[in-house]
Amino acid sequence: MLNSIASAGRRVLPNQWDLIAFAAIMAVLTAVAQSYHGISAPLPAPNEPVISLDYSNLPYYALRTALRMFAALAASLVFTFTYAALAAKSRRAEMVLIPILDILQSVPILGFLSFTVTFFLGLFPGNTLGAELAAIFAIFTSQAWNMAFSLYQSLRTVPRDLDEVARGFRLTGWQKFWQLEAPYAMPGLIWNTMMSMSGGWFFVVASEAITVGDTTITLPGVGSYIAKANDEGNWSAIGAAVLTMGIVILLYDQLLFRPIVAWADKFKVELSESQDVGSSWVLNLLQRTYWIRLGARPVFEALRAISLLPIRFPRFLERRRSEEEQHPSRIADALWILVVLAVAAWAAWLTVTYIATEVGWDEVLHVFVLTTYTLIRVLVLIFLASIIWVPISVWIGLRPRWAEAIQPIAQFLAAFPVNLLFGATVSLVLAFNLNTNIWLSFLIIFGTQWYIVFNTIGGAAAFPNDLREAATNFRVHGWQWWKQVMLPGIAPYYLTGAITASGGSWNASIVAEYVKWKDHTVTAQGVGSYIAEATDKGDFPKIVLGVAMMSIFVTLLNRLFWRQLYGYAERRLRL
Amino acid sequence: MLDTAVTTLLNVDKVSQVFTTGSGESRKPVLDNVSMSLKTGEIVALLGRSGCGKSTLLRIISGLIHPTEGTITISGEEVTGPAEDVAMVFQSFALFPWLDVLDNVEIGPRANGVPVEETRQRALKAIDTIGLDGFESAYPKELSGGMRQRVGFARALVMQPKILLMDEPFSALDVLTAETLRTDLLDLWQEGRMPIKSILMVTHNIEEAVLMSDRILVLSSNPGRIASEIAVTIPHPRDRLDPDFRALVDRIYALMTQRPDPTKHPAPATSLGLAMSLPLVSTNSLAGMLEEIAAPPYNGKADLPHLADSLALEIDDLFPLGETLQLLKLAEFEEGDIKLTPLGQRFVDMDVDQRKKVLGEQLLANIPLASHIKRVLDERPSHRAPATRFREELEDYMSEDYADRTLRAIINLGRYGELFAYDENAQTFSYENPQ
Repeated sequence: MLNSIASAGRRVLPNQWDLIAFAAIMAVLTAVAQSYHGISAPLPAPNEPVISLDYSNLPYYALRTALRMFAALAASLVFTFTYAALAAKSRRAEMVLIPILDILQSVPILGFLSFTVTFFLGLFPGNTLGAELAAIFAIFTSQAWNMAFSLYQSLRTVPRDLDEVARGFRLTGWQKFWQLEAPYAMPGLIWNTMMSMSGGWFFVVASEAITVGDTTITLPGVGSYIAKANDEGNWSAIGAAVLTMGIVILLYDQLLFRPIVAWADKFKVELSESQDVGSSWVLNLLQRTYWIRLGARPVFEALRAISLLPIRFPRFLERRRSEEEQHPSRIADALWILVVLAVAAWAAWLTVTYIATEVGWDEVLHVFVLTTYTLIRVLVLIFLASIIWVPISVWIGLRPRWAEAIQPIAQFLAAFPVNLLFGATVSLVLAFNLNTNIWLSFLIIFGTQWYIVFNTIGGAAAFPNDLREAATNFRVHGWQWWKQVMLPGIAPYYLTGAITASGGSWNASIVAEYVKWKDHTVTAQGVGSYIAEATDKGDFPKIVLGVAMMSIFVTLLNRLFWRQLYGYAERRLRL
Repeated sequence: MLDTAVTTLLNVDKVSQVFTTGSGESRKPVLDNVSMSLKTGEIVALLGRSGCGKSTLLRIISGLIHPTEGTITISGEEVTGPAEDVAMVFQSFALFPWLDVLDNVEIGPRANGVPVEETRQRALKAIDTIGLDGFESAYPKELSGGMRQRVGFARALVMQPKILLMDEPFSALDVLTAETLRTDLLDLWQEGRMPIKSILMVTHNIEEAVLMSDRILVLSSNPGRIASEIAVTIPHPRDRLDPDFRALVDRIYALMTQRPDPTKHPAPATSLGLAMSLPLVSTNSLAGMLEEIAAPPYNGKADLPHLADSLALEIDDLFPLGETLQLLKLAEFEEGDIKLTPLGQRFVDMDVDQRKKVLGEQLLANIPLASHIKRVLDERPSHRAPATRFREELEDYMSEDYADRTLRAIINLGRYGELFAYDENAQTFSYENPQ
């Protein structure tokens, strides 16, 4: 299946808008942290449900975990349809919203947790609803940016002729959105949603059991179950939780992911039949069952009628291409930019003074060094994973039968929240008394290496047969075959996987560099453990500093390294 | 149409269109002072080459684009937004792939508040008229190009427009399918079975224009102006082999290959000849065309319509080739014919190395941009020059698109003539080729 990076089409180098966005985001974090600073008394603890390791509870816990996922999905969709639509329709909103989104993509989600937990608990004191919302918000942040980007990208690239049909028939803004723009965006949005949701399992597990300072939150769910099992070192409970999670993800994959992706295929605009239409037995069943179709028809008719209601949008949202080509008001633009700059400058000043007064510049330097450690860790591990997996994946991808069987497994493994296994793995590190700085590093790539695997398999499977035959015919083999034939051919696919893996690895470092097993806490030096430790202690200034530093590194790594490579591969190597 | 009351349906009055580029600085004129009208009961063809602004004019008429200057009136009312009395058929069909045929046809009336029942009746009638019965529940993906375009027609007719606008509706179809659709459409028109009063079509196909229309407006390029107006009085059904038909086609070919009159729109005196924009053509096609003209039955002089036919080329392919040959002094246009020059005649008999040498010499002698690049490379000690330098110089005289195309054309020709090398990654001209 073809994957693409929603934000990769954007210009590569950071510009002033990115700096502005960055300042604004950090200022918000700072503001939240500051408003809770000085509350030394423990935050009101919610009525903490007791997690029981009894197996019979697991289905219920799994259900709760899955429900959190869907609540977050709903929130992400609402966010996507408002934020992305606004950014796509209003030029001035776009100037601000899109850089913000771009930076948000690079902010480590798990670093957020402490803020959101504090914030939501404050909203609903003494109630688990606050904790629930915090967990849902964590998942939301892992999905929403990517989805919004995808929708925005699609809305900006609606084919001109279809746009002209819609305007020629005088469709109102509402009609056009549902008849043209939303359907056009559907395949990309659904693919990104489903991929984000796969990634979300990791965060739901991480956010169910979390300690911020003196507040410990335990929500009923598989994540809390495993946290407790880790505390007790209960191997059979860990096994049961892993099995349960496996079943949940399998169900999600079969009942949701595949049917929806296969269904979304009908929205693809290329009029030629595409070669790899994903198929789903569930979708086939639904589409071929007479009474289901009969029951669904009035629903679809009603939706269609709603989508055709003659609702007009406010004028500023009905952006016309032709108007854009003419003359935007320069003075209004300048004023708008001035306002944005002022807000950003103020935000930057707020953040800098906060960090300066609360932690000091020595600490900044310290965190810089720690982040460099984590950077080295991420890059080395991506490199190692590539060396190992690319040849294997190519081998698999060139054999269609194998690829067909293994591709779904790799996708499944990418969705599986490996943080369930961190405690158990760490027990091995402890048992053999290994160097934590080295061996904990491997946890970072545990879950994310599969992105490299299934994307590379996809690339190798799509490699044109005639080129392979030509290579064989001219007896190209060995290193030359890799260098001049296969590696350039799979590069765009491999990079898609590697970029996803890199992003995921940064997030994973927050969990992977700081792992608890029974009463041990194992740490590796890095910004991940720095953030995790500060979260444990409820030390907000340090969290802000850690998150900010990591975000800067991630943004620069993405812009200066990954996107450059990806851009090159797209331009020169796309077959 | 048997409507006898001939009235002016559409009036285009002194329309000019200028597109501002992203930076807001350079302005690219697309249409210049275009006036025309459309009367009840006639089919008018706007004929021109790609980039002459004919599609832009169609979009201005339909209200999709606001003209920079000038006005459009339909039935006496000025057009300010997407017009009610027109419906458009697109070159690319522009069907919604997620809607089946019936839904695609119904979308217009439904969106405009026509009751569901009435919409259904009108849609079924349009589908029936256009010969799509039985395909109501098919998705565009399942249809052939011809059937897709029929959906495009049905979708336009169901709006019951006074004017049907067609933007190269047959050019994405294969020859046989296009011909079938043309005749079907003409039959429906002749029999008055379509709820429309007149048709305005955009095309770059000369024969299509002569076959279908009552009047042909030939547009010149860059910027688009109406160069001439030709009434077609040949009675229907028209026969492509009819001498009158052939004569008219020949005449239009001659019109469209005339050298622009330099006294009318002189190039800026300071331009060093850089204001010349070049079409992007393949050197293989150039050589192939010379060989074709040299060989029997043409023996050095070919009738353009015949040549287009035997090479299966549209004018958008044929004219750029011919013009490049003319620029290089290898061939020249003459009253609807193309004739080899003595050099062109010799070129045909040369081997590859000689051909490269001749082409290189002709480039230097006749295309100022080529000699300019060579001079800059000679002057610089490093013998290297970035492409941006020339791009910017070109953009003083033409739009970004044209500058880019011209640059790519000269790179292609210069590489063949071995005048210079070009490194795509570094975007640099040089003399260095791998040894």
